Amino acid sequence: MTLIPSIGQPVSRLEGYQKVTGAAKYAGEYKAPGMLYGYVVNSTVTKGKITRFDTAKAMSLPGVVEVFSHLNRPSVGKFSLQYADMDAPPGSPFRPLQDDEIIYNGQPIGLVVAETFELARYAATLVEVEYATEFFQTDIRPNVNSARSPKIGMATMLKPPPPKPKGDFQKAYDASFAKSEGEFYHSTEHHNPLELFATTTIYEGDGKLTIYDKTQGTVNSQLYVANIFGLKYKNVRVIAPYVGGAFGSALRPQYQLFMSVMAALELKRSVVVTLDRSQMFTFGHRPQTIQTTQFGADADGKVNALHHAAIGETSRFEDYTEVVVNWAHMIYPAENTLMQYKLVELDVFSPLDMRAPGGATGMHPIETTMDDLAYKLKIDPLHLRLINYSENDASLNRPYSSKELMQCYLQGAEKFGWDKRDPEPRSMRHGNKLVGYGMATGIWEANSLPARAEMILTKEGKLQVNSAVTDIGTGTLTVMTQVAADELGLPMEDVIFSYGDSKKPFAPIQGGSFTVSTIGSAIKAAAGSLRKKLFKKAASMKNGMLKGLELEDVVFKNGRIELKTDPLTFVTYQDIIAENNNEPIKALKFSVPNVLKLKKYSRATHSAAFVEVEVDEELGVINVTRAVTAVAAGKIINPKTARSQILGGMVWGISKAIREETITDHRLGKYMNQNLGEYHIPVHADIHELDVIFVEENDDIVNALGTKGVGEIGLVAMPPAIANAIFHATGKRINHLPIHLNDLL
Amino acid sequence: MNNFDYFRAASVQEAIGLSVEEDDAKYIAGGTNLIDLMKYNLTDAHTLVDLTKIRDHHEIQELPDGGLRLGAFETNAKTAWHPLVEGRYPLLSRAILAGATAQIRNMATNGGNLLQKTRCYYFYDANVPCNKREPGSGCSAIGGYNRIMAILGTNEHCIAVFPSDMCVALAALDAVVNVEGPQGARSIPFADFHRLPGNTPQLDNNLQEGEIITGIDLPANGYAQNYSYLKIRDRNSYAFALVSVATGLKLEDGHIQSARIALGGVAHKPWRDEAAENFLKEKEPSVPVFREAAEIMLAGAVGYEHNAFKIELAKRAIVRNCMMALNPETQVPGAGPSL
Repeated sequence: MTLIPSIGQPVSRLEGYQKVTGAAKYAGEYKAPGMLYGYVVNSTVTKGKITRFDTAKAMSLPGVVEVFSHLNRPSVGKFSLQYADMDAPPGSPFRPLQDDEIIYNGQPIGLVVAETFELARYAATLVEVEYATEFFQTDIRPNVNSARSPKIGMATMLKPPPPKPKGDFQKAYDASFAKSEGEFYHSTEHHNPLELFATTTIYEGDGKLTIYDKTQGTVNSQLYVANIFGLKYKNVRVIAPYVGGAFGSALRPQYQLFMSVMAALELKRSVVVTLDRSQMFTFGHRPQTIQTTQFGADADGKVNALHHAAIGETSRFEDYTEVVVNWAHMIYPAENTLMQYKLVELDVFSPLDMRAPGGATGMHPIETTMDDLAYKLKIDPLHLRLINYSENDASLNRPYSSKELMQCYLQGAEKFGWDKRDPEPRSMRHGNKLVGYGMATGIWEANSLPARAEMILTKEGKLQVNSAVTDIGTGTLTVMTQVAADELGLPMEDVIFSYGDSKKPFAPIQGGSFTVSTIGSAIKAAAGSLRKKLFKKAASMKNGMLKGLELEDVVFKNGRIELKTDPLTFVTYQDIIAENNNEPIKALKFSVPNVLKLKKYSRATHSAAFVEVEVDEELGVINVTRAVTAVAAGKIINPKTARSQILGGMVWGISKAIREETITDHRLGKYMNQNLGEYHIPVHADIHELDVIFVEENDDIVNALGTKGVGEIGLVAMPPAIANAIFHATGKRINHLPIHLNDLL
Repeated sequence: MNNFDYFRAASVQEAIGLSVEEDDAKYIAGGTNLIDLMKYNLTDAHTLVDLTKIRDHHEIQELPDGGLRLGAFETNAKTAWHPLVEGRYPLLSRAILAGATAQIRNMATNGGNLLQKTRCYYFYDANVPCNKREPGSGCSAIGGYNRIMAILGTNEHCIAVFPSDMCVALAALDAVVNVEGPQGARSIPFADFHRLPGNTPQLDNNLQEGEIITGIDLPANGYAQNYSYLKIRDRNSYAFALVSVATGLKLEDGHIQSARIALGGVAHKPWRDEAAENFLKEKEPSVPVFREAAEIMLAGAVGYEHNAFKIELAKRAIVRNCMMALNPETQVPGAGPSL
């Protein structure tokens, strides 16, 4: 019997049962003897100074243990560098409870610690705070004149600045046969994962802490805590086996982590701090952004001039940047380009990566402008993309490691029935509804980072795989188990993947669609090392069948090492362990992407989204009735969890296009819809037919696995495809997101 | 959320007695709104009197005059799916099911539905001025982000909207609210139950201190032949109405004998307009006729910075909903637009 490789199989999530039955424990659900509960007090003003912070009433309640503020916080982490986490943009990171300065609305200014959560929450309402307020600015639109270039820093490595201008954009644009230009705006968005932010710090004594944190990087939280509180790294253990969604919001340590650890160390007791839903609006967010485009094409539809400029919001203390304007030239090989990206400082918390950061922002204007250009040229929008198709990345003058976008266009169009589209806007109807077809291109980078992984063949013949990586709900546990199983030729049941623990071998933060490629490569490297060790042992066995053979002669399958040419010549893993005096055999490997090789290529995932909308013109009501996304993302390890990622991205795309926005009252400098009743993410009734196609794409350059990641690519093409479909249905070009029904009245 | 005392009343009389005896007592039934208000620190309820274990006032029962009595403590869900409601008052059933979510409707009671607080962002933020929360402090919604706010019956004190869907249908159906209180029992016509902001925006309705809603009476005519409920909102479920319309028409020989139109999402109470309904009498139903009625209904509407679109939207929604009422079977689930 030969084992079927598990890569490529639609395996259900291994932890699915624990999650749906509630058995899976999240960061705020751990208990310890004598545990205390913290509730955060937030600023109710946007800018100024705290002039009075009176805790007398709160402290007078029996069961309230302490109220921390800038007045009595322990003396820790004086220097801003100590607060710089692995994802910190250039600047000076926010330091909770540092002093009396208020720099944004909702800023944490106190922590009430009590015997119960309810008591802490009530006591927090009794803390009396007075402020001396100062003038503030939170709206990007009246402040575009203060836009400036972002500072350069470590984070810039993963977020390159715009490419330098090519040719003479203005001249080429002016001379273009067809021109399209637009101004675009989208407001702030907040991540709002289902799981609330929480940290449980178990006080172990002797300067030791075990921390259950909601995070996308256990090591990141570990370093952050150790640096600020002056603890030894080995004494800080951060655990996060289950993460109830994060979407970027937990890439950086959030203030509940600081609060929980501070209180635990100071009170020498275990402390859990859980934020409530409205507090989920008091840290990172997708920044409001203003964009402009000008695209010009010749009479054949060849785009020869591309201009894309973006002005994004950032805080006054960090330069958060996104890659917004680099994409157009990566896709369309125009000879004249001008790309600009600037920031406006406002009195808000630093923005933070939110699913497809920059890509979801930038592709909306790019693909909307391409659509508009297609109408001006009287060329089918899909055909216009094909006219401008390029195998190379013109922005960097280099080939792609692989690019099956053409197949995405063709297979997506076929499945959707794009040929049934009447090119004329307002020409298609279903009953009394206007029907529109829209399409758009998607692109996202295919990165990987250095990581470590450990593999152990245990005495019992099981394969133990260790990594500090989290599983933020994407299926990492399942997919990594699949990769490891195939590497050693074992069934998945014989693989134990231990993860979500800073004590395990180093893994970077989980984001940017790079986790499968990063951790998968590390596992592959560790497996290579382990196979060598196993073979060496097997080949040295006195009466072993493999004696005197070379590693090239054998394969690792069915729980044994077999001679390639004769499967009946083999040594089982169990025999090897026995030969090793019944001791486990271990391999630990650090895998680093081959930068020299990779820099010759651009690496990206691609997609094409096709969308049908129905618009009730009289009432403005919009429904996305059908959508197909075709994705080229290299090798798909698990078609089931990968499909879920794309579907989730498509739902988010619908959300971004016609549903979600954080509403800011700029007079107050405050977010007004801080709950899921008024922050409108889609409900089931908003989601209709969604279809996903994975186009075959082989890539032996991008990394050893040939994977490119699927976390973000499902989102990027959807908002422009929807906006384009709405134009096709109604003849109205709405360039701000979300598009509300009143925009169409 | 503060500490509070909790009592479970066995009878309406006991509940009233407790509310008179205890300081700052609040009745609680489904708790789907009150608990939120407590968490947001917007109400200082020191005593909660739970009404859900009272044996009476749970059932849906027929009245001798051919009408129907809805027990105040029955849930919204059971009311909406009750055969007598679905059969004889389908407009009400539709309206209830257009509101909130299945989970909330399973908890929320009929009496509680009438007593919901506005969903105005500024009312829910204890740190900004709001005349409804703190009379005399000012209205932050005027000059603020007011896309969801009212266009009818507003004044400089308050532009908040009453959020219920169920009540829009109850207004159209001319329901009567039965209450009991320290001074005894009384019945309040639905049109007189909720208030416009006037000089007292803090008052949502005309219930007196300690009074409990015990039931809602529906008259015999449920407009079960020609009815429609239309809700326009920012997502297809679990969102409050930007504009909603309840329509009941009685037709005879192709003419309108009587018409009922109530609007939600546009005012501090469900909005009826006698002149518009009278205008429709004896008319042959048509788009222009309904448009004329809509113009009458919205004649006094005032738009603010972000919500002026509601005026035209309401007119179009009225026309569409009246046309849908001519063919009630065309209605789609969830009270979305059809035709």
